[in-house]
This record gives sequence, C-alpha cells and structure tokens, in this order.
Amino acid sequence: MNVVFWKELADHFGSKRFIIFFFLILIVAGASVYLAGQALRENPEGTGSFVFLKLFTSSSGGLPSFFSFIAFFGPLIGVLLGFDAVNREFNRGTVSRVLAQPIYRHSWINGKFLAGLAALGLALAGIILIIFGLGLFALGFAPDGGELSRMAAFFVIGLIYLGFWLSLGILFSIVFRQAASSALTSIALWLFFTLFLYMIAGLIADQVAPVRLDSAPEVWTHHEHIRDLILRFSPVALFEEATSAVLIPSYRGLGVAELLTQAQVPTNPLPLGQSFLIVWPQLVGLIALTSICFAISYIIFMRREIRST
Amino acid sequence: MLVVEAQDLVKRYNGVQAVRNLNLEIREGEIYGLLGPNGSGKTTTILILLGLTEPTAGEVQVCGRDPTRNPIAVKRLVGYLPENVGFYDDLTAQENLRLVARLNKISDRRSKDRIDEILEQVGLAEVARRAVRTFSRGMLQRLGIADVLTKDPSFVILDEPTAGIDPEGATQILDMIVGMRNKQGMTIMLASHLLHQVQRVCDRVGILHRGQLVAQGSLDELSAETAGEDQELEVRVAGIVPELISHLQFLEGVSEVESMGDRLRIRCREDVQGRIARAVMDVGAELLELRRRSYTLEDIYLRYFQG
Repeated sequence: MNVVFWKELADHFGSKRFIIFFFLILIVAGASVYLAGQALRENPEGTGSFVFLKLFTSSSGGLPSFFSFIAFFGPLIGVLLGFDAVNREFNRGTVSRVLAQPIYRHSWINGKFLAGLAALGLALAGIILIIFGLGLFALGFAPDGGELSRMAAFFVIGLIYLGFWLSLGILFSIVFRQAASSALTSIALWLFFTLFLYMIAGLIADQVAPVRLDSAPEVWTHHEHIRDLILRFSPVALFEEATSAVLIPSYRGLGVAELLTQAQVPTNPLPLGQSFLIVWPQLVGLIALTSICFAISYIIFMRREIRST
Repeated sequence: MLVVEAQDLVKRYNGVQAVRNLNLEIREGEIYGLLGPNGSGKTTTILILLGLTEPTAGEVQVCGRDPTRNPIAVKRLVGYLPENVGFYDDLTAQENLRLVARLNKISDRRSKDRIDEILEQVGLAEVARRAVRTFSRGMLQRLGIADVLTKDPSFVILDEPTAGIDPEGATQILDMIVGMRNKQGMTIMLASHLLHQVQRVCDRVGILHRGQLVAQGSLDELSAETAGEDQELEVRVAGIVPELISHLQFLEGVSEVESMGDRLRIRCREDVQGRIARAVMDVGAELLELRRRSYTLEDIYLRYFQG
C-alpha cells in the first residue's frame, strides 16, 4: 500500500489540474480574507473576541466568506482528484499489470484513497496557513490558543468534507468506464447539493408548512425544521453547520428556535467542547457519508472483473 | 514437475460458460501455447491461473500453490503480460519498472542494476529515460516483457504478446521468449491466435474451443492425430499421362489419387513412397519430387473448428 500511496501522491502533486485548482482557491480565498481583514481594521469596535476567526467567517465587499468558499469549491478539488482514479487505469490497461503484482486489491484502492486524502490535506493546510499568515499581516496580532484549536478543528472537518467528495469521485470512477461521464456525474451531484437542494428544501418546506410574515412562531419553527431536515442530507449543509459552530464560538445552532432564544440569552462564546457538542450529529453525518461512499466503491471494486479489454 | 495443474475448471458469467471442464497441465521448462479464437476462454483461463478471478468450480495449482486461496503467493512467482499492456505514460521506462519492483518488495538499491540489465536485454537501454508516452507499440510490448522479467518469475504467462506488431518486432519478441526459457529456465505459457508464431516457439500446444481444451500435445502428436491412419503424399511429375494415374490408383495401399496440374495428391493407407516412385519410372515419366505432406498447426486448428 505504501508504494501505491507514494506513487499516487506524486502523481497528484505533479498533475496540472491539481496545481491550477490549488492556486485558484488560494487566490479567491485570499481575496475574501483580505477584504474581511480590511473591514475588520476599519471597524474594530464591533468585533469583540475571536477576531482572528472572523477572518474566516465574515464576508465583505461582495465576496463570500472563506469557509463558504471552501464549502463551494472544496467539492470540485476533491472530485478532481478522484473522478478518474480507477477508470483511467482500466482505460490505459495498467490495472491488470499492477494487480498481477503481489499486492492485495484492497491495498491498491486504499492507497489511492489515502493518497488523495493526503494531497487534499496538504493543500487545505497550505491554504489555511497562507491565510493565517495573511491574517497576521493584516491584523497585526497573533491568534490565541482558543482560536488556534478552533482552526485546527476547522481543518479536520474540512478534510472530512473534502474526503467525502474524493470518495464520491472514486466511486464514480469505478462505476463509469469513461472519465468524462464520471466527471459530469460528479459535477451534477455537486451542483445539486450546493444549489438545487437549497431550493428544493425551501419549496418542500413551503408546501408542508406554509408561512406568512405574520405566522405564529411555532409555524415558523416547523417550517425551518422541515427545511433543515431535508438540507441535512447534503454534505454541503452539514459542513456549513459544523464549521459555523467551530469558527463562530457564540453559535448555538441554525434553527429559528435557537435564533429566537438567542435574543433572550446572552451570546457568550462557548468552549470548543460545547461547540463540538452542538454539531456532533453533523460531524457524524459527514463521516458516515464519506465512509458509505468509500465502502460502496470498495465493494464494487473488489467484485469487478480485471480485464484490460 | 508440473507448473500448472488444473482440473475440471469451470467459469460461468451470468449463465454463460466461459470455461468448461478445462483440464490443463504445463510442465516445468516448456513453452506451452494456448490456442483458440477470440472469445474461446483464453484470457479467462489466465485470470483464473493468476487468482485475478475465481473459478466457479474446479481445482487449480500454480507452482504448487492455489491461486484462488493464496493469490499473493502465486503472483510473487508468476509474471503476467496482459493483452494490450499499458504503462503510466508520464513516467519513464525505468520508473515504470522501478514501480513494479517496489510492488514486488524489491528495494531500489537491488532493483537498479537489474532494471538496467533487463532494459538492455529487451533492447530498450537507449530509451530507458524517455517517457513511455513516446513509445511505439512494439517498444511497449518489449517493455511489457521487461516488466514481466523484473520480478524474476519462474513461470510467465503472456497473453497475445505479438498481436498488432510488425513481423520484425514479433520475431524479436519470440526470440526473447525462447531466450527466457533457454537462459533463465522459465516456464512459459503463450496465449495466442497467431498460429505460425506459436508453431515456431512452442513445445506443446493446447487448443481451446468454447472454453474446452479440444486437443493437447506436441505439434508432431497433433499432426499425427489430424492425419489419422491415412497419409497424404505429394508427387511432382514431369509429363503426367492418364495412364500413370490409373496405374497409381491400382497400386496396393493407395486409396485415392487426385491430379492438380503437375502435381498428384495421393492418399494412402500405408507408406507406399517406394512403390510410387517405381510406378512413375515404369510409365517413363520423370519424378521431380515426392514428399509426405506435413500438417501445419493451421491444418490441425481448422480441423477442430470445422469438424
């Protein structure tokens, strides 16, 4: 597995598409953080504590925040590393040659997945660290321990999220013989989760629990509840909720109930452990989605006939 | 010693039998040709031998190990060159082989000299550092041979090693295959549908038809089997006269005479070459050539697929 892992990792870092996407995300994310930093400097009063984390979460100047960029573009880079991982080897005829060597079939697929994950991890860590440096420069002071640990948590959640898209890409690369169909299907699913599911969730919620501006709070709560229920099938929504809790210490949850109570309860920042408690279900959901995807690819691949033609 | 021993192998795909009750024996140190048209089950048989696919029923032993239960042990000893072999085309020839060496747990230090040696052996030493993407079909196939040699196998399976290659390249590859057996003592199994090439290098052949081994043995054995008890002689005579033909027809042991231009094809039940020669002289004709017709693999092959 070691050999496969290092070979794949070298391939990823050498591939042009990986480099292009890395810099694309870096530039976009850098711009968003830079603008957020400027806004923070101009208006230092309203910031309160955890200023450094605000770099990642606040949006300004028309650009969305850093973590919504990751939520939106992260899938692309994850899918990019996975969508032709297996069918490329079938099409090139390398698969039967490699699997005729004394290695287990599962160590081959595991090596591919782990190499992809490692490449994503390094890229994400790189981007976060560069943003971090930019933040130091823009704000002029260093983050404290609490902020550092929350950033580390963000990194872990981000990696799980990207891992989901990677395993989705690998799954499609096993199911589809053509790299193009695998890429298109992945992108279709990405669009569905990042755009359409939000619309669909809203539509369904409107149908099931119609609301007007003067509706009772219970109706609103019901409406939002249904919307959340549907949205939570999407890894994008799960990721956004999980990272919100980790990066915004005063975050109590998304629902209207939480918003309503927040008006009465002082919004003191929570300790990291408590933040984790809020989004524990979302985290487990993300990990489960990733594992399910990978497990399906694993099973299909283990049963797949290895022929070069 | 037997390198491959397969008994009553069966492989079914969704109700279609790709391999039916196959019995196969390959002896140590021989070049065995597995013949058959496309879709006759050659590749399936190979995949079973390597443990890349499981037989539906039957027993296999390759190099004394069971590929179904212990594929890793088998793959350690067996080199396989698949049909349409592919390489990582952004790596060089050397890097591709190094990867294979690593997958076989051969350290870079130990594999380095060996890889250079093998590339020299297959005539790719000059392009060792060139990306495989620039290689021609023939070069790729030779690199495939090098790839198989990297792990120093005791048994090598080659699936259509000469398909799609020009005659010169094919000859080079066939010479390499013979060299591998003669110099390195490897046992080789060659699956192909290119009969004349198989005929050139193989000690024994097996003919696969719809997943069954319909004939097996050395070329001489198969040839004798095809001819049956009858023999066929070809006689070239200057100035054939009808008298000669009728004379020959009544010779003892001759069952049929057929005239084809300046040749006569004579079917006979026993060796009558001496009698025929005398008969030709007796009518005053000139005997130019008299030979027993030998069967090429093609004749043998066609016999099985027509009859």
